[in-house]
Amino acid sequence: MRRYIWVLLLFCCSTLVLASSEVHEFKLDNGMKVIVKEDHRAPIVVSQVWYKVGSSYEHRGITGVSHVLEHMMFKGTKKHPPGEFSRIIAANGGRENAFTGRDYTAYFQTLSKDRLAISFEMEADRMRNLILLPEEFAKEVEVVKEERRLRTEDNPTSLTYEQFNAVAFRSSPYRNPVIGWMNDLDNMEVEDLQAWYQRWYAPNNATMVVVGDVEPKAVFALAKQYFGAFKPEKINGLKPSKEAAQRGVIRVKVRAPAREPYLMMGYKVPVVSTAAEAWEPYALEMLAAVLDGGSSARFARNLVRGQEIAVSAGAGYSAFTRLSSLVLLDGSPAEGQSIADLETALLAELERVKKELVTQQELERIQAQVIAGKVYEKDSVFYQAMQIGMLETIGLDWRLEDEYVDRLKAVTAEQVQAVAKKYLVEDHLTVAVLEPLPMEMKQPVKAAAGGRHAH
Amino acid sequence: MLINKRGVTVRFWIQSVFCMVVLLCSSILFAGPKIQSWETPNGAKVLFVSAPELPMMDIRVVFDAGSARDEDKPGLAQLTASLLSQGAGEWSADQLAERMEGVGASFGTGAAQDMAWATVRSLTEPKALNIALATLSTVIAKPRFEAADFNRTREAMQVGLRQSEQNPASVVSKAFFSKVFAGHPYASHPSGTQESLAAMVRDDLVQLHKTYYVARNAVVAIVGAIDRQQAEKIAAQVTAGLAKGQHAPALPEVVMATKGVTENIAFPSSQSHIRLGQPGIRRGDPDYFVLYVGNHILGGSGLVSLLSDEVREKRGLSYSVYSYFNPMRKAGPFIMGAQTKNVQAQEALTVMRKTLQDFIDKGPTQEQLSASKQNITGGFPLRIASNKDIVGYLAMLGFYELPLDYLDTFVGKIETITAEQIQDAFQRRLHPDKFVTIVVGNPEVAPGS
Repeated sequence: MRRYIWVLLLFCCSTLVLASSEVHEFKLDNGMKVIVKEDHRAPIVVSQVWYKVGSSYEHRGITGVSHVLEHMMFKGTKKHPPGEFSRIIAANGGRENAFTGRDYTAYFQTLSKDRLAISFEMEADRMRNLILLPEEFAKEVEVVKEERRLRTEDNPTSLTYEQFNAVAFRSSPYRNPVIGWMNDLDNMEVEDLQAWYQRWYAPNNATMVVVGDVEPKAVFALAKQYFGAFKPEKINGLKPSKEAAQRGVIRVKVRAPAREPYLMMGYKVPVVSTAAEAWEPYALEMLAAVLDGGSSARFARNLVRGQEIAVSAGAGYSAFTRLSSLVLLDGSPAEGQSIADLETALLAELERVKKELVTQQELERIQAQVIAGKVYEKDSVFYQAMQIGMLETIGLDWRLEDEYVDRLKAVTAEQVQAVAKKYLVEDHLTVAVLEPLPMEMKQPVKAAAGGRHAH
Repeated sequence: MLINKRGVTVRFWIQSVFCMVVLLCSSILFAGPKIQSWETPNGAKVLFVSAPELPMMDIRVVFDAGSARDEDKPGLAQLTASLLSQGAGEWSADQLAERMEGVGASFGTGAAQDMAWATVRSLTEPKALNIALATLSTVIAKPRFEAADFNRTREAMQVGLRQSEQNPASVVSKAFFSKVFAGHPYASHPSGTQESLAAMVRDDLVQLHKTYYVARNAVVAIVGAIDRQQAEKIAAQVTAGLAKGQHAPALPEVVMATKGVTENIAFPSSQSHIRLGQPGIRRGDPDYFVLYVGNHILGGSGLVSLLSDEVREKRGLSYSVYSYFNPMRKAGPFIMGAQTKNVQAQEALTVMRKTLQDFIDKGPTQEQLSASKQNITGGFPLRIASNKDIVGYLAMLGFYELPLDYLDTFVGKIETITAEQIQDAFQRRLHPDKFVTIVVGNPEVAPGS
């Protein structure tokens, strides 16, 4: 009886998985792409508008402008005064937010499926009719500075990451933080935002992604109704940006109030959109997973347990960015271990990958994780939409998503070794170390008056 | 540690606890998922929802074994939960990790104030599922607590404590809990203290495990592509190694402070982190729904809340400002929070207090009330859209002994709530003159603090 159920179950599931991954793509006459993925598990829909603009599009002096503009996109149009956008979505039971990255700016709403038109109406309105009021900007840029203080200034590991990027990249715009340098936020003007909005917010620079309990043709009709009348703009694209060759290890020390030291290392590597050899980025993904793809991977097994050199040690790489990027390693030393010990141990793990082929068992474990991960990610409509939108916006094809598992499965132990030897070399390395400064302060005496000092 | 740096920055954060609170709220335009419940042969409570669409299963086993059971050994519950995965039955930490990850299963353990938990997500493909479940069953019933694993995990917690000391948000949160719950088990943070961790011995863990990781003190929540019969088998298998035991004894009641207290903690940060509040409500409190809707208007609805409007939208003082009730086994806290550059700390605090006081005095307008009701009821399907959402729900309902029709009846309750009820409940339950206020920041640039 039990076996019978399993067989039946597997059959049902595999057909369901196939059916649910069906994606429909349309293009409006004005160049706006509309991508719809059906997922009928729950009566909801997520709708995301992705613009091809982010911090890597910014030049010196205006860093952070994409993100500040993202905040200002909630501050009203002719039709809807400031704040009304959020109130309308809320009154319809929706959730909404927006996010800015290096390569994209995206806006989303999650709603009951019958409310999709509300989302389209509002997104269409602010795509073309945003009003940037100076008094709203003046308040909102202060909110963004508070966000920067919260995320970066008062967080020693984030501060280290920011400094790390600033020295790791020479000419690549990935050297700048997404949120912008404080100096640039201090000097930002509403005209900077106006120009940025004018330059990038157009239907032919946007991708609409809809995932949920919807019918693709109906979504397309809706998109046509709300966005179809917009004229395309001439988008003056970016000049190519290629990182200048690094010619030797870069080291930076970050001294900030903290209790624990922290180490970050990165090697320059290609990504899918920049790789000369198509398989290399996938071999790099496998390499990162060999090192840190879970608690059975090498860093956890050998450095956290095993030698007990680190309390945590990580390796990360994403094959999907617009410009060439980094394989990142980071970690915190265990009790009684130094940053130098940790660095030596991390490098020794890299050496091992260069010298010995990774085992078949390791590759199979990663494949099992990736295959399962593909099923798990279907539990979230938001995540599914996110994958499609990101791939499209960095200039790749959403279909890469479907190829991903096969691409990884095709990677051999020899290829993992080859990319390790080719890219994980000292001349392409950047190392940042957080060196804790004392945190102790004089505690305030209760009810003391006049305790204000200039510093 | 935090390699997943995509450098993405979002427009606002929602506090994670706030999400949990929202999770428990729903409506009836749509009924909730069909929940089935029973007991395993040795007395563990099971809650199950069949979700045949995806070939996967989520299982969450929770025990009344959170830090509220630490007694005089802060950090004990969390250290115990962390060690479950570091060796159990015949398997070492390496082997446990290999077993789970080799079949693509993900696995986690942890402990907060009320609960300790172990969770597994696996494919329902038989080989994967059998290995994942056998491993889970062993991990909760037969942890080894070996000396080397014990020492390593304890040291990692001690380093973690120091890392949290460099984060003003965690400094303010710990200080807030220790003051609001002074004398109650909720006062001590689940991550413990350097001293208590240093003094801990293996036998402390063995005792805690023996007493609280027992079937009658457990709830098993299951969501996935299986039927009732399979779920019964799975629940029995997972809990098979647990002794019957007894449900943990009742925790003491939380006592309300008799007077307010303000504490400033000097910290070398550019922002001051503000927390203020008092003991709030327990799960199942008769005022829960009324206070939930009221707080939704006050500070629980992201950027459209009154607090966000006053502090962020009108004045640009803070990126994140919010309020929430965090109902627990006993009265969990009511918290208001924000963070702003040091020189503005007093101004932000004043605006937050005034916004709350006005709300207590006048209650919501009809317009505010109906907007909030629309958001809560209209957003119901979003809250149970994923298996992950539902399994979290099941664990919560089972653990706090809430009725199984909780979701189905929620909207009815929300819709009948009036402005007068909200005003009355806020006046009865919140006492700003008795609030604990904590400000963590740099007093050298913060006037008057």
